[in-house]
Amino acid sequence: MDRLLNVTTVLSVLLVLMVLFSVRRAHIRVEYSVSWLLTGTAMLLLSRCRPALEIITRWTGVPDTPLTLFLISGALFLVMFFRFSVIISHLRDDNVALAQRVAILEYHIHGLEHHEESGAL
Amino acid sequence: MIRAEGPDSLLIIVPAFNEVGAVAEVVRAVNRSVPGVPVLVIDDCSLDDTIAEARGAGAEVLPLPHHLGLGGCVQAGYKLAFSLGFQYVIRVDGDGQHDAGDIPRILDRLKTSGCEMVIGSRFVEQSGSSTGAVRSLGIRFFRLVLRPILGKPVYDPTSGFVGVNRNALSVFSRSFPLEYPEIEALVVLQRRRFRFEEVPVKMLPRRTGRSSITARVSLYYIVHVLLGVFVNILKYDRRFHRPVKPPSGGGAD
Repeated sequence: MDRLLNVTTVLSVLLVLMVLFSVRRAHIRVEYSVSWLLTGTAMLLLSRCRPALEIITRWTGVPDTPLTLFLISGALFLVMFFRFSVIISHLRDDNVALAQRVAILEYHIHGLEHHEESGAL
Repeated sequence: MIRAEGPDSLLIIVPAFNEVGAVAEVVRAVNRSVPGVPVLVIDDCSLDDTIAEARGAGAEVLPLPHHLGLGGCVQAGYKLAFSLGFQYVIRVDGDGQHDAGDIPRILDRLKTSGCEMVIGSRFVEQSGSSTGAVRSLGIRFFRLVLRPILGKPVYDPTSGFVGVNRNALSVFSRSFPLEYPEIEALVVLQRRRFRFEEVPVKMLPRRTGRSSITARVSLYYIVHVLLGVFVNILKYDRRFHRPVKPPSGGGAD
């Protein structure tokens, strides 16, 4: 049990550091790093606060404390994946609308250029 | 540049992706069938000379900046047609499967029936068109699914040979499915209480390339379209959705 909690602590610290480095290098935008940092911090706190983990285990009726940790991390990551799916869907919609708009604007610009050229001749 | 002229202005749109072997003949066939009607080829970022071929055959071309897929490609054409003020738009596929000789029949039905959409159907009459076994099974399945939703039978729900009037154009320029759009588009129209009719058309063998719906992806197609249909039925008004509004309307679904 202790070893599992220690491993979780190390992984959480690594996750938080990795996210911070990525934000610093502008690989991740700050607004998208918040959920990763919150998840990493939550895992770190839970792994270092065994009584809290045991209370949650009793409260939820999960038969095993390590299983509680596993379920909480799974749930946190599922929520994050869902959140990112929503974000990606919005970006895809916006991307399609912008691509269509660019195409239509370019079409009008070429039409105007063509019109000007034929007027100049 | 194309212009909408007259109260019954018609635009033919041809979505095309790597159709260098067929698109020129499609454009010429349309010009023979409905002379003087503008033809707009929407190029979905083809890697071959589709654009040059289409222009060489006399079509206007709307090149997309990157690949959007069939729905995004068709919707770009609808948006442009709507913003230019066209009253009717008929979609003809760039692979040469649609017989341009059927365009006047679709246009005539659009005008006389007053319905918002007319589908060129292979199965209204036995027109001699044949489809593969898997596709035929899929069409039968979707006929059964769509019958109670649409309140009337639809014989060829997967046909891309479709004409729409300005009311439908207004809706589709704002909301159109991105992938496999034909079936979902019917449900989009039904949600607005719009009407559709089918006219018999002949489908020709594909000139070049292969259908994107191969036997391997047909299960994904069925699941995707079924989900799209039911999502459209349950869809709430997206009033609070972040808007990216081009002059002619919002985004794709």
